[in-house]
Amino acid sequence: MSISLHAKIPDGPLADKWDNQLAHFNLVSPNNKPKYKVIVVGSGLAGASASASLAELGYQVDCFTFHDSPRRAHSVAAQGGINAAKNYRNDGDSIYRLFYDTIKGGDFRSREANVYRLAQISGQIIDHCVAQGIPFARDYAGYLDNRSFGGVQVSRTFYARGQTGQQLLLGAYGALNHQIHQGKVTMHTRTEMLELVVEDDVAKGIIVRNLVTGEISRHSAHAVIIASGGYSNLYYLSTNAQACNVTATYRAYKKGALFANPCFTQIHPTCIPASNENQSKLTLMSESLRNDGRIWVPKKLGDKRSPEAIPDNERDYFLERRYPAFGNLVPRDIASRAVKNICDQGYGVGSTGHGVYLDLADAIQKLGLKTVKERYGNLFEMYQRITDDDPSQTPMKIYPALHYTMGGLWVDYHLMSNIQGLFVLGEANFSDHGANRLGASALMQGLADGYFIAPPSIGHYLATYQPELPDSQSSAFNLALEKVDNRVNKLVNISGQHSADYFHRQLGKIMWENCGMSRNEQQLTSALEQIPQLREQFWQDLKITGSDKMLNAQLEKAGRVADYLEFAEVLCHDALARNESCGAHFREESQSTSGEAKRDDEHYSYTAAWEYKGDDNTPQLHKEMLNHDEVKPSNRSYK
Amino acid sequence: MADYKIKVWRQSPLGIGPGGGEGPGGKEGKFETYTINNIDSDLSFLEMLDILNQQLLQENNIPIAFDHDCREGICGACSLVINGVPHGPESSTTTCQLYMRHFEHNSTIIVEPFRAKAFPVIQDLVVDRSAFDRIMQAGGYISVHTGAATDANTVLIAKQSADDAFTAATCIGCGACVAACKNASAMLFVAAKTSQLGLLPQGQPEKTNRTLKMVQQMQLEGFGNCSNHYECEAACPKNIPASYIAQLNKDFLISSFTNKEFECQNDNCYES
Repeated sequence: MSISLHAKIPDGPLADKWDNQLAHFNLVSPNNKPKYKVIVVGSGLAGASASASLAELGYQVDCFTFHDSPRRAHSVAAQGGINAAKNYRNDGDSIYRLFYDTIKGGDFRSREANVYRLAQISGQIIDHCVAQGIPFARDYAGYLDNRSFGGVQVSRTFYARGQTGQQLLLGAYGALNHQIHQGKVTMHTRTEMLELVVEDDVAKGIIVRNLVTGEISRHSAHAVIIASGGYSNLYYLSTNAQACNVTATYRAYKKGALFANPCFTQIHPTCIPASNENQSKLTLMSESLRNDGRIWVPKKLGDKRSPEAIPDNERDYFLERRYPAFGNLVPRDIASRAVKNICDQGYGVGSTGHGVYLDLADAIQKLGLKTVKERYGNLFEMYQRITDDDPSQTPMKIYPALHYTMGGLWVDYHLMSNIQGLFVLGEANFSDHGANRLGASALMQGLADGYFIAPPSIGHYLATYQPELPDSQSSAFNLALEKVDNRVNKLVNISGQHSADYFHRQLGKIMWENCGMSRNEQQLTSALEQIPQLREQFWQDLKITGSDKMLNAQLEKAGRVADYLEFAEVLCHDALARNESCGAHFREESQSTSGEAKRDDEHYSYTAAWEYKGDDNTPQLHKEMLNHDEVKPSNRSYK
Repeated sequence: MADYKIKVWRQSPLGIGPGGGEGPGGKEGKFETYTINNIDSDLSFLEMLDILNQQLLQENNIPIAFDHDCREGICGACSLVINGVPHGPESSTTTCQLYMRHFEHNSTIIVEPFRAKAFPVIQDLVVDRSAFDRIMQAGGYISVHTGAATDANTVLIAKQSADDAFTAATCIGCGACVAACKNASAMLFVAAKTSQLGLLPQGQPEKTNRTLKMVQQMQLEGFGNCSNHYECEAACPKNIPASYIAQLNKDFLISSFTNKEFECQNDNCYES
């Protein structure tokens, strides 16, 4: 397959591009739409909203999720909120400012046209979600309330207490349910995509496994959408749900789809620190806490007093000290590195020294406990349940953790990958966040993709396509199905000593130590030596009991870990090739004398898109050069 | 560090185990007891089960199947009855947010699936809760077409109404209410879902139809009726008050009298 990295950005001034595109999309007539079938993999915000909106238009949709219900997709766990350039606060917000903040927040590594469109659509999303009955927070006059989030100086975040993700997902799930009820969406639950079928460089369908019976089946369609989320779980410990995985996107990568910027992995500053080696996940404490919480460590090295006993003048509010303009509200990448730095210097608190205080005492004194609890009540409860400490009495302890992945499959302006007919939405694509995502932007992007961008873009693609359904009995389907079958059998029959979790934990350790919050050439080279060894060990020493014809969580996990063990190398190659620090990607070789990240626009102002070249070969790098016509890259200062 | 005996329900209704033989617990199901030692009090209940499963794997046994995902109390996947109580002994908690510090050293912990006719066991502790999805498909939404909405601040909503709707909307669809009820009633779930939309102005145009359709589907799925014991409220990890059931009863009664279009497919539909 010849690789074309044509982003298909429409002509015209930045502000008119999306309108121009809408005006020139090919259309499918209403009586022809039911003849086309679209497969959607994933039922989170992007997948559910795309499924529902495409079905509303009249297309046949088949939606697949490995969960028992679409409502359990990991979008449900997003806490803080969703951004929109409504300027309801009269604080100087605008579409341009949301665009500008996102470009700057992403450290000038995203596509301007995509980000501008996202900002334009942001308001429509809020309108639609309110119409769906999503109970956003309101003020006493009955108007929608807003709060501020990291990396910006306006209040544009809409929220539903600390569970905005669940409420937005329930809205999309409702829209999806409506279409299921109408018979326009066929929902396949507890079903996992294990292969993409590509014929003549066009996506024709997928191979899936029924997780209850083990049955492997084939599904063909005119277009395939992957909306399967991100790959933070590669690091074993992350804030992601246990089942989040890279399999759907990685399988597409192995069929020729380019994987873009895999090394852009976001590490969220405010998570509950790990306390135990058997811990299975790290829990996020919403970034919104940084609105009212102050982050500090003791000024004195080795100060073991309880936090309440340390007077104010003996505390180092290091974010406020280092970044006076933004203070505790600096973007996630900056905050995470500052926390890591201070802990590396030995000032960290808690039993492991990997923690800093997030203190709400000042806010409680100023606003009263009632108001603070109204804002963060469920987070307080969650924190107390996990740690046995009450945050209204003693400061929380937090430490950064893997949270979100900006990298993903490469897509053009139409959200189509380099494989014709394969569209990628939400966190699964490499998207609009550049090298660092700002808070409350993931929900916005997932819903923009699903409700408003994918439906006309997919119609545009289908309009040039014959309505006959691709033959699911073709040799390409046969081969793909056989491959899945063989792989499942191989996994079940290794009969070694160790569980998939054992290998996953080791992989996570290699990645966190060598390709975590900061990276250097030596570490990355070492990771690239260790990963293939671990992979080899996995295929010789994996142990699964039970059969493949039953619900077998060990087998599901093993398949996902097998893909992580290959994908980890792609990620490290990307991190190695990008010898600059930008956003979440911090290369120790590229920093200022004060330890701030140093971007290198002369050499690295591109999207790195990796092509699979065979299991034993290094992937090939393709570059999509970035144009900065509107916002000239500047030193990203939050001081 | 503490030691426990875990008495856990094993069942393989599909009847397929390794080599086509019988699965763990057999088709009818039974309790098995396992011993687990040196458990740190800061581990979550599910992390304890993870360790038990690793132990079973090492002993060439088949690990226990259980549903879980987010492990932060919001996805609603985890679903165990622990010592007779859905989501265990702590109030307002999902199983994934339950910690071993609440269990005494050397105690026996009994772990069962959520049991209800409408939640058939798939394997061990995993049950099929798709009945909830079908209730939601019957009408648990506002049928707004993407693109049709007016500006979000066009319709003002009193903070109190928005807050009441939000409290109902916190339901995570776990099904603990059903598992806790002696009638296996899904009234609290359905009430939370109908109330969220029914308390908001956007939800008014479809309100009567929605209420009737969802109640009808609830009955078709085989859930029992409410007899006001409020076990559901006690078990709900999100503290959704049973007063929403009164709201549902009121909405249902009004809808039954006022909606002329709805055609009931269930003989018992108007008797609840």
